[in-house]
Amino acid sequence: MSNNGTPMLDDLEKGPWPSFVTDMKQAAAKKPAVNDLMRQLEASYTEKVGHWKHGGIVGVKGYGGGVIGRYSDSPDRFPGVEHFHTIRVNQPAGWFYNTKSLRALCDVWDKHGSGLTNFHGATGDIILLGTTTDQLQPTFDDLAELGFDLGGSGSAMRTPSCCVGPARCEWACFDSLNVVDTVTRTFQDQLHRPMFPYKFKIKVSGCPNDCVAAIARSDMAIIGTWKGNIAIDQTEVTQCAANGMNIQTEVVDMCPTHCMAWDGSTLKIEDRECNRCMHCINLMPKALRPGNERGASILVGGKAPIVHGAMLGWVVVPFIKLEPPYDNLIELVNKIFEWWDENGKMRERLGELINRQGMGKFLKAVGLKPVPQMIKRPRANPYYFWREGV
Amino acid sequence: MATRTDFGPPDYRQMLPPIITKNYGQWKYHERLQPGLLMHVAESGDALYTIRVGSERLLSTDKVREMCDLAEKYCDGYLRFTSRHNVEFLCSDKARVDPLIAELKAKGWPVGGTGHSITNIVHTQGWIHCHTPATDASAVVKSVMDELYQYFGTMDLPGYCRISLACCLNMCGAVHCSDIAILGMHRMVPKINHDIVRTKCELPNVIAACPTGAIRPDPANKSLTVNPDRCMYCGNCYTMCPGMTVADPIGDGISIWVGGKVSNSRSGPAFSRLVVPFLPNNPPRWPETVEVVKMLVETWAKHARKHERMGEWIERIGWERFFEITGLPFTEQMIDDFTMAPETFRTTAAFKW
Ligand code: HEM
Ligand code: HEM
Ligand code: HEM
Ligand code: HEM
Ligand code: SF4
Ligand code: SF4
Ligand code: SF4
Ligand code: SF4
Repeated sequence: MSNNGTPMLDDLEKGPWPSFVTDMKQAAAKKPAVNDLMRQLEASYTEKVGHWKHGGIVGVKGYGGGVIGRYSDSPDRFPGVEHFHTIRVNQPAGWFYNTKSLRALCDVWDKHGSGLTNFHGATGDIILLGTTTDQLQPTFDDLAELGFDLGGSGSAMRTPSCCVGPARCEWACFDSLNVVDTVTRTFQDQLHRPMFPYKFKIKVSGCPNDCVAAIARSDMAIIGTWKGNIAIDQTEVTQCAANGMNIQTEVVDMCPTHCMAWDGSTLKIEDRECNRCMHCINLMPKALRPGNERGASILVGGKAPIVHGAMLGWVVVPFIKLEPPYDNLIELVNKIFEWWDENGKMRERLGELINRQGMGKFLKAVGLKPVPQMIKRPRANPYYFWREGV
Repeated sequence: MATRTDFGPPDYRQMLPPIITKNYGQWKYHERLQPGLLMHVAESGDALYTIRVGSERLLSTDKVREMCDLAEKYCDGYLRFTSRHNVEFLCSDKARVDPLIAELKAKGWPVGGTGHSITNIVHTQGWIHCHTPATDASAVVKSVMDELYQYFGTMDLPGYCRISLACCLNMCGAVHCSDIAILGMHRMVPKINHDIVRTKCELPNVIAACPTGAIRPDPANKSLTVNPDRCMYCGNCYTMCPGMTVADPIGDGISIWVGGKVSNSRSGPAFSRLVVPFLPNNPPRWPETVEVVKMLVETWAKHARKHERMGEWIERIGWERFFEITGLPFTEQMIDDFTMAPETFRTTAAFKW
């Protein structure tokens, strides 16, 4: 039952999947502003249009981002959400929590905000959803006390995020959590003070399964990979077959490089021809393991369609060893920032700049040698330059 | 006291349960014991049990505390979240697994989302909290997941099927690489409020923001005009200038895209492709959208070979066959006319009837 006059929201409490409306009602019991949030949402459902105004610039001392201004376009109807800003809070790498920290975070948000959160926003951040302008600084002060810093927004670096990696995955080819933690700490300034042409995202997956979708949604995707042979435990392979897996049709026939063979008792892989797609390893985690020389591939340029179309990341470093203190990685990121910052137009993502100026210029600027692993196939048009001498 | 700045996120090492700290990087293999339950076994022989639970993403602090209660009761006070808004309880003691699952089920929290299931839908803010949406996020997700609920708690589908939702073309979530993407779309040329444009907007920036060059100066008005033949309703101009409204109750709705993926498994990462250009916003339950998504899941499930994802299935049978089997009408919007259009045209005389 609603005493709010929100029949459509009430309907969304029915059904088996957890309902966000129940959470809103829980929050509304403590925070009257959330009643107005619910009434405004009900109005959106009735009128089929949003009721948030364009964001204004709000923030906390010393930071250029991390807070997203949010104002109702009908404050007379919904005074509780006249201002209702978002705070992006940088998550711990891998999204692990001890309950002591989580509870402390909840206490801060109950004290200063709506009591509504997202675990997590698509940026990777913890999202604290809705507070007033005067509560922003006090919220941050209390968060800082707990050791929670802000994430990025605006034309700045975004909070990097990573897969669960070596914390709980046998396939991680490097320490994705440690890389994200290190990169985040190294680039605090770039994260908190917008000064780039546009946003910059780094996402880190421990293997080619790419559990954080790095290739699709980061300007710099770091994806684990290996060299050398896939380790095979033939006894476990036989066990998989005994358990009902059809090794021929499910594994061998689906190998994209046709580099596997199975004679009913022994599985063979011609490792030189394997492109490390992970299919066979995914199907037989007990029997197969990535090779021993482990590192990562780096792909750049992944982005959304704005402005000239969506792009997936392009391989620019086929293999890099990633071990603390990751000087090689940090140096590369710095060179990329420098080139992009110098050449990028306003709201031009790295991928678009590379597309405009040419991959060749990018590679030269950041000091990378062209290799065949960077391309699907060579060019088919004859319009190329001879830049230096012949 | 001046607040310190730039101290960075909490150290993840303080957040790891002891069994993970001990076996970090030393995991040997894992098994899916049942839907929603993973067992990771370390070289040391230790076993970690992960119980995966779907969440609504929009969580009250009370709900987070309820999660904490369970984590304290069964998991020594540790939990984690996944990139798809699920929560995972991390149990080092096998004896506590069944009681935890029983308590979760008693609470009505969905246990599942592992392996060949429909796991949680990655989504964005929608009308709850963003200023550019063409549709809502949370209500559409709730309605779709209510209907696909049985697939969350089972693992009987042919392969992985990732569903995502973004409420506008900004696509805060990576919907463009999902097996099924639900994407909010505007369909109307921006309505210009000259007073706001004149007083609040940087005209050159607004002109430059338009990907199709549809915006021109309107010197007589000291404002802007939009060429309706070139505008494809992306809303970039509204982002730059509040005087250019694209949102509209009739114009706005949902489009459906299929066949994308991000993993490298078998076939490479791929974009999702447009298969339904427009469905109306129909709150609170979006029945048209729910019906199409369910049909797509079930049609794929019926026809795909084992381990074949949506896009791999479609590439095998061909898009012409996909439209025949699903009965979805092929429309002019599906033929690309943006920057990279020719890549999508057929360049062979070989095709199917
Ligand atoms: C051009 C314009 C864009 C504008 C005006 C814009 C605006 C916004 C706003 C206002 C929010 C916060 C919603 C809220 O919590 O109140 C948001 C969230 C977000 N945006 Fe954008 N955005 C733009 C483009 C993008 C692009 C291109 C991406 C990614 C490629 C992106 C990724 C995100 C993400 C990941 C979030 C967090 C979403 C969530 O988890 O709910 N945005 N955006
Ligand atoms: C002309 C049409 C489109 C426009 C104007 C547009 C606009 C945008 C904008 C403004 C963003 C935020 C981008 C950023 O700041 O990097 C974005 C992100 C995104 N868009 Fe679009 N979009 C369009 C079409 C599409 C289509 C057709 C797809 C997919 C099939 C798509 C998928 C995405 C994805 C996945 C993102 C997030 C990517 C990331 O994280 O960088 N967009 N789009
Ligand atoms: C400024 C530079 C160019 C000059 C002076 C030039 C000159 C010529 C000449 C004299 C012919 C032979 C015409 C005939 O016998 O009927 C020709 C044919 C042709 N040119 Fe060019 N051309 C130039 C640039 C280009 C470019 C840039 C392209 C393509 C993109 C091009 C494509 C062609 C083609 C396709 C033919 C017809 C070839 C055939 O008969 O199969 N030309 N050009
Ligand atoms: C310096 C650069 C270029 C010059 C001097 C040039 C010159 C020419 C010339 C003279 C023709 C023949 C025109 C005619 O038949 O009347 C032609 C045709 C053509 N050019 Fe270019 N071109 C250049 C660059 C390009 C580029 C970069 C592209 C494509 C990306 C391109 C695509 C074409 C095509 C497709 C045709 C054939 C048109 C047709 O047959 O209908 N050209 N070009
Ligand atoms: S990306 Fe690879 S290493 Fe990371 S969690 Fe996924 S499967 Fe494991
Ligand atoms: S990883 Fe992929 S390419 Fe390599 S052997 Fe296995 S299935 Fe074949
Ligand atoms: S997808 Fe668009 S409308 Fe939805 S939260 Fe992101 S920017 Fe806002
Ligand atoms: S909505 Fe997009 S295409 Fe239309 S005028 Fe605005 S920026 Fe240009």
